Amino acid sequence: MSDWINTLVFGIYPYVALTVLAVGSMIRYDREPYGWRSGSSQLLRRKQLMMGSVLFHAGVLIVFFGHVVGLLTPIQIFDWMGVSHSFKQIMAIVVGGVAGAFALLGGLILLHRRLSDARIRTTSSFGDIAILGLLNVQLMLGLATILVSMQHLDGEEMVRFMSWAQGIFTFQGDAASYVANAHWLFRAHLFLGLTIFLVFPFTRLVHMLSAPVRYLWRPGYQIVRKRQGT
Amino acid sequence: MKIRAQIGMVLNLDKCIGCHTCSVTCKNVWTSREGMEYAWFNNVETKPGIGYPKNWEDQEKWNGGWERKPNGGLQPKMGSKLSILSKIFANPDLPEIDDYYEPFTFDYEHLQTAKESEAMPTARPRSLISGERMEKIEWGPNWEEILGGEFAKRSHDINFEGVQKEIYGEFENTFMMYLPRLCEHCLNPSCAAACPSGAIYKREEDGIVLIDQEKCRGWRMCVSACPYKKIYYNWSSGKSEKCTFCFPRIEAGEPTVCSETCVGRIRYLGVVLYDADRIAEAASAEDEQDLYEAQLGIFLNPQDPGVIKQARKDGVPDAWLEAAKKSPVYKMAMDWKIAFPLHPEYRTLPMVWYVPPLSPIQAAAEAGTIATDAAMPDVRSLRIPVRYLANLLTAGKEEPVILGLERMLAMRAYMRAKTILGKPNRAVAKRVGLTGSQIEEMYHIMAIANYEDRYVIPTSHREAGEDAFDLRGGCGFSFGNGCSGGTSDADLFGAGPRKKLTTPTEAF
Repeated sequence: MSDWINTLVFGIYPYVALTVLAVGSMIRYDREPYGWRSGSSQLLRRKQLMMGSVLFHAGVLIVFFGHVVGLLTPIQIFDWMGVSHSFKQIMAIVVGGVAGAFALLGGLILLHRRLSDARIRTTSSFGDIAILGLLNVQLMLGLATILVSMQHLDGEEMVRFMSWAQGIFTFQGDAASYVANAHWLFRAHLFLGLTIFLVFPFTRLVHMLSAPVRYLWRPGYQIVRKRQGT
Repeated sequence: MKIRAQIGMVLNLDKCIGCHTCSVTCKNVWTSREGMEYAWFNNVETKPGIGYPKNWEDQEKWNGGWERKPNGGLQPKMGSKLSILSKIFANPDLPEIDDYYEPFTFDYEHLQTAKESEAMPTARPRSLISGERMEKIEWGPNWEEILGGEFAKRSHDINFEGVQKEIYGEFENTFMMYLPRLCEHCLNPSCAAACPSGAIYKREEDGIVLIDQEKCRGWRMCVSACPYKKIYYNWSSGKSEKCTFCFPRIEAGEPTVCSETCVGRIRYLGVVLYDADRIAEAASAEDEQDLYEAQLGIFLNPQDPGVIKQARKDGVPDAWLEAAKKSPVYKMAMDWKIAFPLHPEYRTLPMVWYVPPLSPIQAAAEAGTIATDAAMPDVRSLRIPVRYLANLLTAGKEEPVILGLERMLAMRAYMRAKTILGKPNRAVAKRVGLTGSQIEEMYHIMAIANYEDRYVIPTSHREAGEDAFDLRGGCGFSFGNGCSGGTSDADLFGAGPRKKLTTPTEAF
């Protein structure tokens, strides 16, 4: 791939995608709180959702946090902890592979439900179907990269991806060069991942930002609102 | 002691004629919108029956309300906070829309456009969700109207517990009553407790329980946690919605729409003062049959100078204290003890109460004898089994219901003697523990039921809470997003305009 396309896609596009993700989410949160929701369709059809949604969400959460920790933790910390690059890669393959497979299975069940059930199909927007499709493709790409990684288990390519991701967040101008020679499956996976960031604020994915973990330590059970000023 | 005021409601089931005016006016005002077609903030059920949604009273199935833990503490029946959160991806306790009913419309246009044919054209039903033809409508919000359907199905009504229900399946022994239902605006709402977003709250000044539509994320735990199944998930907006107790009207001192339009004049609205510090204590009474009395125990006497002093200190306005003294709800619940909470065993301390219905004397005519005592028939020979009413209103404890029914019969006997014989029957009043003047007041409020006696609603004091000058030129009621309707056609963020359902006509 020519240098300038590589720089555009892996050097500049990440900033575009992350900016849209951050600014777009903030604007939406501020301007359109009524549309900020998880968009559950369980009421309309329970069938397939119980299995599909649990598999998908549990799998995706593990994969997502695996990526965050695996890509953004400086490699020196792993070195300091005595985690070898090769061991880290195998961990990533095993955990990511299992969780990714569960997520894909759940995602395909959900996609089938969304497309084949008349109630769900009619009440779905273009965005609902498109984002579910994108996530499924992304999961497939991610799982497919395992086949490539299996051929070199020394962890060095993985470290290059970490350098790229950390380079983006630390504003290193040449970050894109770390991934210039990666297998096309990896680059497709990265590109689609960035694209999902880009469309994030315009889809139901925003419900991730409202994950209600605070509920666990919210004091008591009842909420009483006073009139202002009294 | 922390005194709060609540607008409570009492429904006199003895006078409900099951006309559904309350349901229809409520629907026209609040839920005639896409996503809420299936939802009835107010509905009227014929009892015995399984109700709407199906078997809503069966908490073994739906896990609504609270449960008392062995250590005496309360937690939602759905489970601890962690276990509620673990149901967030797929909630096993959530009813499906078919448990309510699939909303439908009819192809009315076909009636006008049909070509000439041998048979009359018909308007066939069509789903309002998928837009598909519905060949047969199999359930609706009021499917059991006036004992519709077979007894075998209706007899799954769990209020039959402890009643020999087979007897009541026989035509000669059958009984029925109406039960209008709306959100109970509980003192201890389990919906608010289960909301992971913290979007459901109780208003301190009048006790109305509301859902903040901008904070609701549609995690749908409230739908399961409410044992009365009075929170509805709007499948179009992805937010939950519930009865608002018509708060814009209440704030202006007007009754709710369901009350205002009640042709039987069965609804009463009034202020009840209660001790908010003792909510947990009352809701966690060990024996569920004590919950009714425990709830009475935290209601405060508005005539008591000590209560008035503390209430003023806690910020209850004087107009509210005056209204509390005239509250028909307090009189029926506390003074006369003829109104009861619906299913107190759910431990939510509901605030919409019911006066149980009297019914014809069972089998007395055929036997030729009516068990009477001092001109008053024995309430145990009423056609509706006392145990059934007790299961509905007092967690199965019969004595309070019997006393309530006797007092209503006594009121009749007393007034009959007064108007026909010209001499009130004070003996019968005394027998049920009331004075003549109490009975006459009961008669005035329950039988005459003038508008100003039924609805004693002080206006709210919003002016104390917010600067009304800032509200000038505001947009009034809207679905968030400032003055926008929440769904503009060119919305970058929203789901986008949904395909409008078309109802093509078919030639057949």
